[in-house]
Amino acid sequence: MYSDKAVRGEKISGIKLAVVQYGILIMMLALAAGLWRLQVLGAANFKLLAEQNRIRKVPMLAPRGKLFDRENRLIVDNYPSVSCFLVREQGHNVDADLPMIAHGLNLDLDQLRATIKHYKAAPGYQPIPIKDEITPDEQAFIEAHRNELPELETIDQERRLYPRDGFAAHLIGYVGEVSEDMLNDPRYAAYEPGDVVGKAGVEQTYDQLLRGQDGSRDVIVDSHGREVGILGTQHSIPGQDLRLTIDNDLQRAAELALGDRNGAIVAMDPRNGEILAMVSRPSFDPNAFAVKIDRSEWNKLITDPDHPLMNKAIQAQLAPGSTFKILMSVAGLQEGIAQNLKVVCNGGWGPYGFFHHCDEHHGPVDIHNAIPYSCDTYYYQLGDKLGIDRIAQYAKEFGYGQKTGIDLPGEQAGLMPSAQWLMKTYHHRWYPDETLDVSIGQGAVEATPIQLARIIAGIASGGHMVRPHSVFPDELPDDFRRALEDTYPGTGKVDIPIDPENWQIITDGMAQVTQPGQYHTAGGEHLEGIDFAGKTGTAQVMSHQALDKTAKGKVTRPNVWFVGITPRRNPEVVVAVLYQNGDKSWFSARIGARVISAYVEKQRRLAHNLQPLKAATPAAPVEVGAVWTRPEDTAQYAATGQTARIHAGRFFIDPAKDAGPEHSATLPAVSQIGLALPARRIDVP
Amino acid sequence: MTPVRRFLTFRDFDWGLLGLLLLMSTVSLLEVHSTTVHTRFANFESKQLFWIGAGVLIMLIFSKIDYHRLLDWAPWAYGFGLLALAAIYTPLGHNALGGRRWIKLGPILFQPSELVKLVLMLMVARYFANLGGRNLTWRDIFKAFALVGVPMLLVLKQPDMGTMLTYSPILIAGLFLGGISLRQGAILVTCGLALIVGVWSSGKLLKPYQKARLTSFINPDEDPKGKGYQVKQSLIAVGSGGIWGKGTEKGTQTQGYFLPIPYTDFIFAAFSEEHGFVGAIFVLLLYFFILMRLIQNAQTAADLPGSLIIMGIVAVLTFQIAVNVGMVIGFMPVTGIPLPLMSYGGSSVLFTFLALGVAMNVRMRRFVN
Repeated sequence: MYSDKAVRGEKISGIKLAVVQYGILIMMLALAAGLWRLQVLGAANFKLLAEQNRIRKVPMLAPRGKLFDRENRLIVDNYPSVSCFLVREQGHNVDADLPMIAHGLNLDLDQLRATIKHYKAAPGYQPIPIKDEITPDEQAFIEAHRNELPELETIDQERRLYPRDGFAAHLIGYVGEVSEDMLNDPRYAAYEPGDVVGKAGVEQTYDQLLRGQDGSRDVIVDSHGREVGILGTQHSIPGQDLRLTIDNDLQRAAELALGDRNGAIVAMDPRNGEILAMVSRPSFDPNAFAVKIDRSEWNKLITDPDHPLMNKAIQAQLAPGSTFKILMSVAGLQEGIAQNLKVVCNGGWGPYGFFHHCDEHHGPVDIHNAIPYSCDTYYYQLGDKLGIDRIAQYAKEFGYGQKTGIDLPGEQAGLMPSAQWLMKTYHHRWYPDETLDVSIGQGAVEATPIQLARIIAGIASGGHMVRPHSVFPDELPDDFRRALEDTYPGTGKVDIPIDPENWQIITDGMAQVTQPGQYHTAGGEHLEGIDFAGKTGTAQVMSHQALDKTAKGKVTRPNVWFVGITPRRNPEVVVAVLYQNGDKSWFSARIGARVISAYVEKQRRLAHNLQPLKAATPAAPVEVGAVWTRPEDTAQYAATGQTARIHAGRFFIDPAKDAGPEHSATLPAVSQIGLALPARRIDVP
Repeated sequence: MTPVRRFLTFRDFDWGLLGLLLLMSTVSLLEVHSTTVHTRFANFESKQLFWIGAGVLIMLIFSKIDYHRLLDWAPWAYGFGLLALAAIYTPLGHNALGGRRWIKLGPILFQPSELVKLVLMLMVARYFANLGGRNLTWRDIFKAFALVGVPMLLVLKQPDMGTMLTYSPILIAGLFLGGISLRQGAILVTCGLALIVGVWSSGKLLKPYQKARLTSFINPDEDPKGKGYQVKQSLIAVGSGGIWGKGTEKGTQTQGYFLPIPYTDFIFAAFSEEHGFVGAIFVLLLYFFILMRLIQNAQTAADLPGSLIIMGIVAVLTFQIAVNVGMVIGFMPVTGIPLPLMSYGGSSVLFTFLALGVAMNVRMRRFVN
């Protein structure tokens, strides 16, 4: 046995064992020092790193406020959609995955790389939006590759659903992803890349109220990026719903009245400036902007010579033509000149060596028939007596050449020439002959439809000038309302004293315009039983020399205007119509008459508590927008009893079942709501 | 001369040491539970409890078998161990975790390299005891190297560098305590360094991942998503624990899978995260007491082979603690050496208790002869 061989008494020396003991002690102290360094000295730093490791911010986008019409009928809604985001900081080489991601999500690889490069400077926790409106297939791809592509994250969000056919598109505007230029603008300091922002119309003006506040969820993730818990939730604050001043019925009527013609219509309540309808043609589909707009589609929109994105109601600056004569009449009467001015119209007037034509030989004309005749000869002479300085002073006071201050972005000021202006701009003296052109709204005078509506209705209301607006100011937060007036400066609300006798002469004259009579410019457009007053206008598009050059085509036809009010005294509504290249001013008067009659019919219907006519047959489901939705949602909607149904990737509402607020698209046609249109058919070219 | 044999009872059993071991095992069970309860490895602590129970039983059994008898059997066991290591390369071998380390006998997975470790301790103790504490010749030293070197090479080929490295302290302790001279020691250290440099630069003997593991601890930020990832996550785990820790099952690094294999190799990181500096120091103190107790036992051992056996165990345990804790706090490369008495794993638990059983045995016979 081994033990027998063992030599007793032989032992390891105590010194060697002591060396081992001290060695172990030193090792333990070294380890303890290492722990001290990490856990005591470095604790704060490592705690931070641990937090960054496991906590990820997942944004929760706030639903944008909905838009309603003045009777609380829904105009702009939201619908759910799924977006895909890329989350960096994954312990994962994202660059290597890009080809796979691009393939799976049907993206262009170079564009995807560019997107990610674009966000390079952004903080690492911030997710990068890489695709909106992903399809079920793409969503399945993301789910199936959770382990290989942990950086992909989907977010359900609400998207804008606008009425189709560009209904009130210019007034409503549209939303889009915030642009780089905007991000560099201090006014957009609160926005982050990828945010959705209102880019036109009400969506832009009231963006701050509509957008709400995005929330976020702090989720705890494991090293594979899987959620293992929620640390905290910062709930999003939904955007504020807004009630617009527009009336869906009148808007519809105005949309139908203008049809496909280039131009604009503004209907406003002259007592308070509420915009009742605003149409601009050609229109566009704001739904195209709700998702990222196609580059080709965008290019088509901005290169179109008819400027579909332009809100002509507030942006078209054109010679007002004869509608300017209302302002001339006010100036003439207030100065005491027009009352006594009697002229004989022999087809024109030319005291300065150049003969200025009138359309007709009106014979004897005074202020009472000068307006219905729209007699140029009368206004040449009135203008000559007033002189450019006094005309310019009145025009400026009533708002020509200045913004009205409407709460919509991009309003144009128009132009009111004066001697001073001419000297400053063209460095020559004002010749009295030039006053004659200005007197009939030509020359350098330019106005926008909203300006004409405000000015003419203001004069008809005895000088009560309003600030046009599309949202009820008393439904806005105080500080927002105050800021609004600074952001959109303009002539605003002012009262200009006009002798009642004088404005009554003018409104009576305007009432004659739409009454049958020889030389009455819109005598064919009278509305039976409606106190309908107005003024037409025709304005050359180009100078005669330019006309000679282009020679043919519709662009050579003059623009026609009409500004109508009802009733004649204390008007409740003013309608300004611009029909570009419309040629004959009674065409624009017909369009205006349709809108006016729609208004009056509705008021009468309401006054007599009449119900709108029901369509004889149940309407088929109405498509309200080209919306991508998952087919399985059909079952879901059916289960919840909602009537919105999805067919073939498009979004429908069944008007027969939909008990909710009437959607604009479900509105019956004008004829169905019992509007008594003029007995004879309107055939506007 | 017939030795006077004293009747052996468990009165001589080292109850204090057993108490420390059971305390350590309790800490291990708690942490294994905490690191696995929310994973698919849930309930690993009951498996670990089973292994600890088996380990304590084996310890009691081995404390009754005279270590001299074990020393007699050691050469046979050594031969068997070499065969078992070789058998890994036969169809009996089993692949797992990037290496061929196991032998599969029916349902039992068995890692021969752990057993060989114990056998080597006995063989080295026997070898140096036979030399009787005289000054070593170079011939003695080379024989000792051959004794340990053959199994080391077999294990290295698996490849299991971690286990291979744990064989080296047995040799070093044997040489140091067995009577190597200062001059010889200096020459060996120099040669050793030269060999390390040679192996490193040869580019063939080490697999690239082994090299990466060995260097990544120096600068984990250089490749935080690659090889340095484990080191970095471990440092974050330990550091974020702070003084008092985050609490059981509340370690975010541990529970969120950021920490690699938190129930085995990185269990100390998990423990440090959840129990802080205070907990970590507590565990280090436990280890210190266990080691000091063992050295005391070596001192009181009846004879030289007894002392050498215990010191071999001390050397292996110290080495494993230093390398594992050093790895967790960024002082040492990632080597895959488990922390004795803490890490989950049957082989490791059984080996540790078996070895400590032998140490008990030595102590219980301290008054014999």
